[in-house]
Amino acid sequence: MADRDEPDADEPLVRPYVIAHGRQNPSNVELDLVSVVIAANAEVDELSLEPEQVRILDICREPQSVAEVASYLDVPVAVVKVLLGDLISRGHVLARAPYTAESPVSRELLQAVLNGIERL
Amino acid sequence: MASNDSEHNAGPIPSAIKILIAGGFGAGKTTLVSTLSEIPPLSTEEQMTEASLGVDDLKGVEEKTTTTVALDFGRITISEDIVLYMFGTPGQDRFWFLWEELVMGALGAVVLADTRRLETCFSAVDFFERHRVPFVVAVNCFEGAHRYAADEVREALDLSQRTPVLLCDARTRDSSKDVLLTLIRHVAETTATPA
Repeated sequence: MADRDEPDADEPLVRPYVIAHGRQNPSNVELDLVSVVIAANAEVDELSLEPEQVRILDICREPQSVAEVASYLDVPVAVVKVLLGDLISRGHVLARAPYTAESPVSRELLQAVLNGIERL
Repeated sequence: MASNDSEHNAGPIPSAIKILIAGGFGAGKTTLVSTLSEIPPLSTEEQMTEASLGVDDLKGVEEKTTTTVALDFGRITISEDIVLYMFGTPGQDRFWFLWEELVMGALGAVVLADTRRLETCFSAVDFFERHRVPFVVAVNCFEGAHRYAADEVREALDLSQRTPVLLCDARTRDSSKDVLLTLIRHVAETTATPA
């Protein structure tokens, strides 16, 4: 059995990860597949980070979704969420939650999306 | 969640919109995503563990098997503040559990129908109806495939009159744009709050 503190419905389906040191929920930030993350303009002591986290900071110079970071890093999304959560709680990365169908969708937003698609 | 929103010195961090591209295997999901995406479509491989009951006569022994599921997606930058992501849903029905997570927060969905195998999109139509996700059905017109009128497809899929059905060619940009525009207009009709 995997070592765990307690059964949890939200537990990742993959075993705790070596590169994440088994951390599963290091911060209070709930990241979605399409939460957008960007590196903060702060001094970073790279020696205090995992090599993957240094790469994440590099990838996140431009705004990226969690899914994009996972794809560029070639690791599962669940692992990226742990690594990002750690970076966010240390102030190295900023995140923005996605629009969701649950929050009221304004006509203004939808019109902007229509205009954006028209321009393609 | 408020703590997810943070100020960034270099300007606003865009917020993402997620839409799903569903349909049977080979219906053209990846083609549609590639045609519209501003980046070469990306893929993440997710490992899923699923319990399978002892079909191999292992009497009561529960086995866990690990399956790798690839999620393909593309991106359209709408504005400084908005980025749209299109996720191709895994084709096989047995990955329902993944759909459940994908569908959370999705603004809407495109169901791509392949008229050579119309039945392969039944499950997607059911799924979005059940989860009350606004969707449009786009009939991908393959060369050499028998072309049906949109109404014939609507009838075969038992769709409500409100669900838009359109013919498309996922290989061409204008046609694929039409699919997305139809979806967003449909979302506006069904979910938007008055400004």
